[in-house]
Amino acid sequence: MKKHAKAHIHIKFFATLSKLTPGSAEHFPIDPGITVLDLFKQLEVPVDEVKLIFVNNKKGELTTELQGGERIGVFPPVGGG
Amino acid sequence: MKEDMIKEIKTVAVPKKMPDGTSYHSISVEQTTTLANRFNVRDLTVEISALEADIVPERYSRNMKTYSTQDQATLLKSMVSVVGLGGLGGAATEILARSGVGTLNLIDGDTFEESNLNRQFFCTQDLLLKSKAGAAKRRVNEINSSIVVQQHNEFLQENNVVRILENSDAVIDCLDNLNSRFLLEGATKKAGIPLVSAAVAGVSGHVTSIFHQDQGLRLIYGEPERLPQKGAETSLGCLPQAVTIMAALETSEVIKILLKKGNVLRNRLLIVDLTDHTMEVLDLL
Repeated sequence: MKKHAKAHIHIKFFATLSKLTPGSAEHFPIDPGITVLDLFKQLEVPVDEVKLIFVNNKKGELTTELQGGERIGVFPPVGGG
Repeated sequence: MKEDMIKEIKTVAVPKKMPDGTSYHSISVEQTTTLANRFNVRDLTVEISALEADIVPERYSRNMKTYSTQDQATLLKSMVSVVGLGGLGGAATEILARSGVGTLNLIDGDTFEESNLNRQFFCTQDLLLKSKAGAAKRRVNEINSSIVVQQHNEFLQENNVVRILENSDAVIDCLDNLNSRFLLEGATKKAGIPLVSAAVAGVSGHVTSIFHQDQGLRLIYGEPERLPQKGAETSLGCLPQAVTIMAALETSEVIKILLKKGNVLRNRLLIVDLTDHTMEVLDLL
């Protein structure tokens, strides 16, 4: 078995960040053990525009580690009405 | 006096059937007003007395079953403040008026402009440059003249927020900028009033309910000092379908809070994205 077998996550960007959604968003390959920040660097996400990160329906952080199988949601600040 | 009125309500009430065949006794809008004039009380008082005698004001008949007559009376005895009468606030006010929330405290210092026409229910071409709070009051009176409306043509500020929100049983945040939302939250927490807050950008949005001991908006936006004034809506605008669904979700939360029934979104965020039908509840803690 390879040391860094690929795993997959589901990633969804909301509102202004939705343009960053990769083509394979529902089955996006990652190296297990990477952080949310690593993922954002890979996808060229402007981190200062991110307000809320969800990992599996719970609030996550840039330092949250991903093992594969997670669902990630990313929100910019939203305040309209 | 009250006994006389209840006796009279029972006399004029007529037997009716719900669409499913359930029998009930009903009084009409016209009968309500006639009795209110005769006994020199508000229409609201007649409706509450009727419900307490298990007689349904016909205007609320399709609320019944989901609400008991006691629930409907509780709504009529409640006061909700709607802060911001634009997209979210217009739709929320309309729903609360039709639901029969007895006192609506409507707050907005703004006037309508053309760019409001896409989503703000009370904004019509005739009312451009006119007061949003004034338009909201007129609309509520047209829908349900039993409702007591308190109109505030002013923006919430540090020095008026306590006075304006006084006696509210719940407050709905229908504001359009991030700083004012924190000002409002601070005041509702201090006063111990539950707050329901929603925000929209484009066709997505989120909603949560905040009680005074909860961390509240900080769980969503972080510390207010580090926030921009506006969010993603600056570039995405606000679409009427998104604003209206978020306003509907806010009123659903408020009604659960008023009736002390059901599962409220405390420390949780309901997120909506109409592009792909996302509707999920996320844990903020």
